[in-house]
Formats: sequence, C-alpha cells, structure tokens
Amino acid sequence: MSNPSASSQPSDLVHATRWSNFIAGSRDTIPMLLGAAPFGIIFGSLIAGSQLAAWQGQLMSLGVFAGSSQFIAVGLVAGHAGLLVIWLATLIVNLRHMLYAAALLPQVADLPARWRWGLGFLLTDETFAVMNAYYRKHPMAPLGRWYFLGSGCAMYANWQCWTLIGLAFGAVFPHLQSMGLDFAMVVTFIAIVIPQLVRLPYLAAALMAGALSYLLKDVPYKLGLLIAVAIGVAVGMMLRHWQARNKLHPEAT
Amino acid sequence: MNNTWMIVGMMAITITVKALIFVLGNRIVLSQALKEALSFVPVTVLTAIIVPMILAPHGASIELSWRNPQLIAAIAAIAVCAVTRHQLLTIVLGLAMFFGWQYYCTLA
Repeated sequence: MSNPSASSQPSDLVHATRWSNFIAGSRDTIPMLLGAAPFGIIFGSLIAGSQLAAWQGQLMSLGVFAGSSQFIAVGLVAGHAGLLVIWLATLIVNLRHMLYAAALLPQVADLPARWRWGLGFLLTDETFAVMNAYYRKHPMAPLGRWYFLGSGCAMYANWQCWTLIGLAFGAVFPHLQSMGLDFAMVVTFIAIVIPQLVRLPYLAAALMAGALSYLLKDVPYKLGLLIAVAIGVAVGMMLRHWQARNKLHPEAT
Repeated sequence: MNNTWMIVGMMAITITVKALIFVLGNRIVLSQALKEALSFVPVTVLTAIIVPMILAPHGASIELSWRNPQLIAAIAAIAVCAVTRHQLLTIVLGLAMFFGWQYYCTLA
C-alpha cells in the first residue's frame, strides 16, 4: 500500500481530462471497494437488531460516512451510552482523519473552499491510501482533485449500496443479533487492529486500553472507554519516547 | 427522535474533523507530539471497544471459560490475523469459529 513503485500501472499516465481523472481515481479504488463491502453489510445487519430504524442506519451511512464510528455508535446505543459519550467517541475515532488530511494538505491547500470541504468529507482510510500513493507518483498533478473526487465518490456510492444490502439482510433475518452477530464487529476490529501492533509502543497502548476498558466497563455513560483510550495513548507515547532515548543513549539502559 | 439527533450530531462532528485541516489550510500546523498521539488513537479505541465484548459478552462478570464462544473465536481470529495478515480471511474464519463453537456449546 505504501509502496507506489510499480511503474507499469495505467494510473501512471497523466490523465488528460477531468472525467478521465475521475474514472481513474474510481478504478484505482476498486480493491478498496471490495474490502469495504463486508463492513457495509455487517453495519446494515447490525442496525436491524438495534434500537435504530433502518432509515436511520442509511442516514448514518449517507451523512457520517465513517465506518468505524458508525459501528461504535451502534454498539454504544445498544449499551445505553449517553449522547455526549457517543459524540465524544465519534470525535476520537475520527481524529485519525486529521493525520491523513495533514499528509495530503500540500496538494489540496490551494483549491477553492467548496472542494476542500467536499474532499474532506469524502476522506476515508481507503481513499487516503489511494491518494497518498497517487500524489507520491504525481505530486501537484493539475487535475489531481478529480482523481481524489473519483476515489471518494466510488467509496461513497459503494458504502451506500452495501449498507442497503446489509439492512435488507438484517430485515430478512431479524434474529441475527441474538445469535451474536455483534461478534462480527469484534472480529472486524481484530482484523483492523492486529496488523498495526507490530511495534511495541502500539502493542502496549492497545493492551493498556483494552485492560482498562474492561476494568472500567461499569463506569456510567461508557466514560471508562474514553479514560482507557486516553491512558492507552499516554502509555504508548511514553514507551516511544523511552525507546527513542535509549536508541540515542544506549549506555543509559 | 433522540437517535436522529445523535446521528445529526455525529454528522456535524465527523464532517468538521475530516474537513478541518483542508479548510484551515496552511493556517494551522499540527505539532509533532499531537501527530504522535493521534497515531495511537485507532488501535486504542478499537481495542477498548472489543475487549469487554470478548471477556464479558453478557455484560456482567468475566467469562474466562471454554464455554465462552466470543473468547475462543477472538483468540482464533487474533492468531489467524497475526499469521496471515489477511483481513477478509480473519473475519470469515473468526465468524465461522464463533458460530461453530456456539453451536458446539449448545450440544455439549
């Protein structure tokens, strides 16, 4: 994903028109579309077993358009979390987009405001991966915004379709929840988290957050979750600084 | 109604967070420490959400037992993911393990 060195891909051509850029962006996102499909289906099916109406599930996909915060909201609603906790969790889970935006900013900073709002809304993990690779190959491509738009719109349309399919699936099999379908969320998150735990600070941060979250699970409004995350992040950062210091001064160990 | 407000609030928050950097442009600079802290957010949040669902699936007390299909299947999924690093395979095998184990527990 982070290695855009293959130079024989068709996307290496400098695309001539807005439309061809839009299409190229969509096409280069196809693997990501397939990857997002099960998440959309699981999200839609979870809605059927939750206190949310089907249209509210689709509204979330249309307006929030951020898979992990949508999953978390469903989980928190089921756990009778407070409104403020759900909003805070949404904020925290989405903070990573600021990292993505900061990385892409040099390519986007000079666009008109409506483009920056639009592309910001369409930013996802997947489109970031595609755009990061694209801009590395084509820094300051004059029509790069159309490629970005193509990737984002493809993800958006894809997410709406799979949510709808998931909602239909959940409506046909309404007892999925009691069978433990919410475990689909657990296993989905495992698949996202485990590959990121190769370095020790991240592993320690995750273990700390997980353990604290369990110990604090009965704190009202699910506030324990937020405390666990804050302490997990702090532990991770401390370990990283400690590692960096030891690398600079190995005799200090 | 309350849930609709929840979703509207989520929309406002998400759009603001996603677009903020693009919209403010070069007027703000993220400090190195802030970027570093942000990089720890995804793994900590997702882990914090699932650990209670695995250890205490019925919300009450810890269930460290082979009769807890959530626990068994989560361990299996972690192993599959650590070895193969394949997302879809992890999800499919993890779910298969979960439903299989749950069925087995009803028999045993």
